[in-house]
Amino acid sequence: MKWLLAKASFGLLAVLFVSFAVATYHSTSSAGIGSPGVGMQVVETNIALEEKLAANVVPTPLPPADKGGVLAVNAYKNVQVLGHVSAGEFTRLMTSITQWVSPNQGCAYCHAPLRDAAGKPVVDEEGTVQVDLNNMQSDELYTKRVARRMLQMTMRINGEWKLHVKATGVTCYTCHRGNPVPANIWFDVPDTGDAEGALGNRAGQNAPAPVAGLASLPGASLRPYLVNDENIRVLSTEAVGSDNRSSVKQTEWTYSLMIHMSKSLGVNCTYCHNTRSMAAWSASPPARAAAYYGIRMVRELNNAYLEPLHDTFPVERLGTIGDVPKVNCATCHAGAYKPLLGVSMLKDFQILAEAKPQPPKTANLQANPAPSGTGVPSVPVPSPDALNVAPGDAGASDAGPAPALRPGTAPAPAPPSASGRAPARP
Amino acid sequence: MAEYQNIFTQIQVAAPADFGPPIVDEQFRIRYGRMSKLLGWVGSAQLGPLYLGYLGIASLIFGFIAIEIIGLNMWASVGWSPVQFIRQLPWLALEPPPPSNGLAMPSLNQGGWWLMAGFFLTISILLWWLRTFRRARALGMGNHVAWAFGAAIFLYLSLGFIRPILMGSWGEAVPFGIFPHLDWTAAFSIRYGNLFYNPFHALSIVFLYGSTLLFAMHGATVLALTHLGGEREVSQIIDRGTAAERGALFWRWTMGFNATFESIHRWAWWFAVLTPLTGGIGIILTGTAVDNWYLWAVKHNFAPEYENPPYVSGPDPALLAPLPQLKVKLLPDGGIEEYIVTIAADPSADGGTRSPPAIEQSDTMALAKALDAGSNVAEGGVELPVTLTADGGLALPMADAGNPPPPDAGADAGKKVRP
Repeated sequence: MKWLLAKASFGLLAVLFVSFAVATYHSTSSAGIGSPGVGMQVVETNIALEEKLAANVVPTPLPPADKGGVLAVNAYKNVQVLGHVSAGEFTRLMTSITQWVSPNQGCAYCHAPLRDAAGKPVVDEEGTVQVDLNNMQSDELYTKRVARRMLQMTMRINGEWKLHVKATGVTCYTCHRGNPVPANIWFDVPDTGDAEGALGNRAGQNAPAPVAGLASLPGASLRPYLVNDENIRVLSTEAVGSDNRSSVKQTEWTYSLMIHMSKSLGVNCTYCHNTRSMAAWSASPPARAAAYYGIRMVRELNNAYLEPLHDTFPVERLGTIGDVPKVNCATCHAGAYKPLLGVSMLKDFQILAEAKPQPPKTANLQANPAPSGTGVPSVPVPSPDALNVAPGDAGASDAGPAPALRPGTAPAPAPPSASGRAPARP
Repeated sequence: MAEYQNIFTQIQVAAPADFGPPIVDEQFRIRYGRMSKLLGWVGSAQLGPLYLGYLGIASLIFGFIAIEIIGLNMWASVGWSPVQFIRQLPWLALEPPPPSNGLAMPSLNQGGWWLMAGFFLTISILLWWLRTFRRARALGMGNHVAWAFGAAIFLYLSLGFIRPILMGSWGEAVPFGIFPHLDWTAAFSIRYGNLFYNPFHALSIVFLYGSTLLFAMHGATVLALTHLGGEREVSQIIDRGTAAERGALFWRWTMGFNATFESIHRWAWWFAVLTPLTGGIGIILTGTAVDNWYLWAVKHNFAPEYENPPYVSGPDPALLAPLPQLKVKLLPDGGIEEYIVTIAADPSADGGTRSPPAIEQSDTMALAKALDAGSNVAEGGVELPVTLTADGGLALPMADAGNPPPPDAGADAGKKVRP
């Protein structure tokens, strides 16, 4: 009887184990990216792959606008960055920005609101603040001033950081994805001051570090590398007799940054490194060079575009120690090895491709007077409701030499339009 | 056929406890002994007697102190929250001093506790080792267990004592913590160019896996021979019976060669002992004799290039044309002035460091570097700025790095807090 019981429990255990294994098993897709047999692979469970495809659907671009006609600098007041484009293209971009950044808040998220006699913003029946079409030039809201700087940043990225973004480029949507504040931003980690007490010094690590995939690695590893220009390279360049004194502890800071990159891109180490030698460029996949420039790009963006906005942001937009929101790899990549899986939205918005010198205002304004002479364009501004364009045709993929998924193991990453899914966020 | 005791035993002995032969220092024995059915399921059913003695008591006290120091520091690091202590326990650690501290005596919360915990833990372990040595003597045994334990202690000392001293920094040692010591291990291998190419690391793995293989082969052989008297393997060393004959023949049939009933134990013992011994040597050589194991392997022709990678590797971008970088100046009126600066290309590329050595330099290493520098200068190489100190020692310019990279990064941002 005892033996029967023992055998039954063994059998039950076996059944439980097998059920667990079956229940938790997800078929995976993998793509080899290195020499055969060295394990350099991008691996993804098919569930995660589907989620990734759904989360990276790009919105349908608005129909192209007239490239000719009056320049924006002449059609509108206070145009500082996009004065060189036609009024039609300018308005198309403004409309698209509303779609990309503030689909629920509408134009009045950045532009001054329409005010009633009492000076209170006018709100429609759906609760959306109405924009003052006669006062579009106003820089009253901080969001407008931030948005202008972000436009300059986008053009700088597309024009001068092709080493990282290639021809694919970025638009506002790459980071914002329908959110006024991008989902993946970072703030400095407050110093807990644990080194000052009598005991319990964590030495900046030894707690689940969100930036490092909850590893026990340093948790404040972004500022040294993505704002400051600290040394990332810790390996010795000589087999023996090196004067490199980088410590193991310092290596853990680099390690933490690398895990951040890995998590941000949804790839493992071998996407950029031949891990037999993390340091050797002669053995590394070319993606490593793109990442090298990406680090420098992010460093520049944080220093030249985000930190100078410190006094522009209201306090509630700042971090717990009063630092500006900053970008890291995840801000654009959001878990994909190429943001939006390599689909170029820039090709439909070439006016963001590079910064151009601003033309002076000319007498054209008089030649094409806007109604009531307020600077309101003749191009109608769609209501926010009209901006909630259903996602669909995403356009051609610019994915480049992406690793082809092994046939037969998974559905190929079809163009997002084929999935027919709505994007994860409105 | 006799019943025998193993992990699946159904029949258990129920008798008064056996207290063994009389020994000289009888008064130290804890004369407690009884039968436990639970223990009987997996081994001998008898619990006790335990011999503690002076060494055992001292060892437990020192060990307790070490665990207390580690545990209380971990608990303090979560603000004495019992819940967080349990939730975060795998992440918590007691860290060694920062590398900038070198081998100097650090303040308590900058690694001083780590040094103390390590000291007490080492004392405890060494006393326990002495205990295994003396208890074996008292029973008239050989000291094989003590020496095997000693091999493990050698690896422990290599990691936490010998190598840090050779490197001139306690900061090179392993933290006390569950995940942290694993992170340390990975970082250690990365820092020194992949321990996979360290031949002593390779030997250690061979002996480790070999130990498990030998253990499985031997255990299987003896179990398979039990009904023929195979469990009396030691008596069959000198009085070979059919069990030993058949076991030997089995292995000769299957692989042409057999260890003897005696030598298999020596095989297993040496494989087990050589695992930490070779591992410890590999640790000691890392960063002291060899700085990058991968490059060392390339130099000695055992890291061949991979065939036909499906990509073309580019050069180190740091060696290419310098990148123009956009900088901004905030104007008093709130405007922004942009200007471009060009930062010179990285002088040391392909894994090199941009900044000069920023971490500690020990006396040992200073001496070694000075000797290197001397020979380099003779060949027209780089001259290191070594100076003689007042007391006749050698000094290298040292930058005090603190916990690298600088934790003042956060403080910098903190200045900008707005009212």
